[in-house]
Amino acid sequence: MDLLHVKRVYKSYADHKALHNLSLHVKEQSIFGLLGPNGAGKTTLIRIINQITGPDKGEIIFAKEKLAPKHIAQIGYLPEERGLYKKMKVGEQAIYLAQLKGMDKGEAKYKLKQWFEKFEIDNWWDKKIEELSKGMAQKVQFITTVLHEPKLLILDEPFSGFDPINTNLIKKEILELREKGSTIIFSTHNMESVEEICDDIALINKSKKILDGNVTEIKEAFKSNVFEIVFVGNMIAFSNALWTAFELLESKNVNGRMHVKVRANKPSDMNELIKTIVQDVQIISVNEITPSMNDIFIQKVQEVMPETLEEITSENNN
Amino acid sequence: MNKIILIIKREYLTRVKKKSFVIMTLLGPLLMAGLMLVPIWLATKDKDMQRIEVVDETKAFINQFENTNELEFTHEFRSIADAKADLYDSKYTSILYIKKTDKEPEVEMYYKKQPGFSTVNKIENTIEDVMRNIELNAKYKITKEQLAEIQPNISVKAISINAEGEEESKNIGISTALGFGGAIMIYFFIFMFGVQVMRGVIEEKTNRIVEIIISSVKPFQLMMGKIAGIALVGLTQFLLWIVLTGIIYTVIIGAFGVDEAAMQTTQTEQILNDVNPKLSSPHPYQDIIDGIESIPITQILISFLFYFIAGYLLYGALFAAIGSAVDSEADTQQFMLPITIPLIFSFVVAQTVMDNPDGTLAFWLSMVPLTSPVIMMVRIPFGGVETWELLLSIALLIAGFIGTTWVAGKIYRTGILMYGKKVTYKELWKWLFFKG
Repeated sequence: MDLLHVKRVYKSYADHKALHNLSLHVKEQSIFGLLGPNGAGKTTLIRIINQITGPDKGEIIFAKEKLAPKHIAQIGYLPEERGLYKKMKVGEQAIYLAQLKGMDKGEAKYKLKQWFEKFEIDNWWDKKIEELSKGMAQKVQFITTVLHEPKLLILDEPFSGFDPINTNLIKKEILELREKGSTIIFSTHNMESVEEICDDIALINKSKKILDGNVTEIKEAFKSNVFEIVFVGNMIAFSNALWTAFELLESKNVNGRMHVKVRANKPSDMNELIKTIVQDVQIISVNEITPSMNDIFIQKVQEVMPETLEEITSENNN
Repeated sequence: MNKIILIIKREYLTRVKKKSFVIMTLLGPLLMAGLMLVPIWLATKDKDMQRIEVVDETKAFINQFENTNELEFTHEFRSIADAKADLYDSKYTSILYIKKTDKEPEVEMYYKKQPGFSTVNKIENTIEDVMRNIELNAKYKITKEQLAEIQPNISVKAISINAEGEEESKNIGISTALGFGGAIMIYFFIFMFGVQVMRGVIEEKTNRIVEIIISSVKPFQLMMGKIAGIALVGLTQFLLWIVLTGIIYTVIIGAFGVDEAAMQTTQTEQILNDVNPKLSSPHPYQDIIDGIESIPITQILISFLFYFIAGYLLYGALFAAIGSAVDSEADTQQFMLPITIPLIFSFVVAQTVMDNPDGTLAFWLSMVPLTSPVIMMVRIPFGGVETWELLLSIALLIAGFIGTTWVAGKIYRTGILMYGKKVTYKELWKWLFFKG
């Protein structure tokens, strides 16, 4: 089931278009990556889902119902620009924020104690936020986001500001939360994390969606039939063996071994490639190079979109 | 609704627990008590005696000067040159030199330490009195004692007659003091707590927590919660002040055994003298009793509470709007001035209003919501405010703060998410029409 369905949403501010005909589906209990360059419209979409602002056109469906104020209690939001009341104590503040989300005070206190134990930060309860370091404050902020056990978690750049150890910790928590039934949307520029934990993604650029789907499927689709081979042997023999079936892209000699990249001229699988060269060289390893999300991001964003193309052509003709 | 209460609670508790709140609460009454008690203490002490040596060439003023507890006149019967030469070593603070001329005697005063205006005044009056007595005696054979008998001593008792024909005598002095006091309190409280609202809004904006909070509550709820919470802080502080002032006052009176009657008299004399010397009357004590009885105390207290709360709500909303439109306290200047001008204005014209508490200026200023909190509080102790006037003023003020709250809500809603833009009035105007 879709937990969230964004249906043809439009949003403009006084001087610019933020979202244009944007639609996407977020499956329940999935981890969804919301990607895009700065200024693409991600934050606007996130604010609409959080009911901080409303769309000009279109609607949001949450768990089969139109998005309404009552859903606030089921959504948790970690904004990109972090912030908490500096002079308020950690425990007090976390409980206050959970209460604002509709959680009962006693329950909030209880669950908060559990989180503190889990993160091993028991002694922070009575500290003021200003007494904590940035990383510590971010941990606290993460807890405040999830304390009320929301069905939908929206995390904007959740890993920024964390050292590698804490980044891992948060990644683990996100996966655990999914196991327990939460759906997570996270917006990030950290493509590695997208590859590691996202199930589906949507790529937004200049107010429009330019790509969406399952991560594995997308990477499959963007495969360009490039293989990386490490072998020991004669380069000329290797090239001859390739013949017309494969094109040699690059090669380098590393400590006596040849590292080469070849592209198949027609869709081929690894077995075919191996069959082609196995007689002529000693194969050490063969890998199909699947594009990284990073590469796909760059490629798609730099692509000129059909609608934009029309605009440019018509401008030239006038 | 629940969420607004949560926000009110937080705003209230975080501020009431602060050290600065506790300090202000204790400091206020101490200052007030000090202001009340110190003048009295000074008054009951021995004032600096002016010991005046009189060099009287006319010989007409011998035994004519009466010594008071501030002025002591002594004739040494020597020349002015001797007196002057001796002045610095002698016990005298000054020399009164009455020169003989063909017309009225010329009077000069040589002093070691500059006497105050009132001392010189007193001396002048004394000399004039003495001269008058001498003349009367010389020309018409009237002695000082006879003169005292016929000297009238009139004080005009002001009695007001209201529409029902009831008579009430008022003491202008008390009314003035109360009016002024009320105006000051309202002015300071509105300013003090209004600025707290503004600071709170800016704090939430700069530390970015506002984004999380408005994913949980509507911006309007956050704004109202903050305004209401701080209102409660103000009320708490005010009530604590009254209680503490009362306690300190009673304790100190008890401890020093100061005669309460004498104190009330001197106290009011002090205030009245400071405000306007014309107001002190020859029969202060009785007038005070009458005056106090005629003041509608309940009306004043209830009105004060109402105007404080309503005035604060009106201005508090505007302060919230300013806070939401800027990124730091430094940027608030350009917006604060226009907002605070009506408030400052009403404080400045308070004196004029007190001179004519039921006149046209006073009436209109007590109706316009921006100035009514201060001006109406100035008018009320004078007793000339009719019930319909009060009701109209209240209704307008309520409409006023509903209006400013609506405007502030629109500005707040947009402003709290906007960073980096230098906001102008034109920009603010546009925000009023943004959709939710």
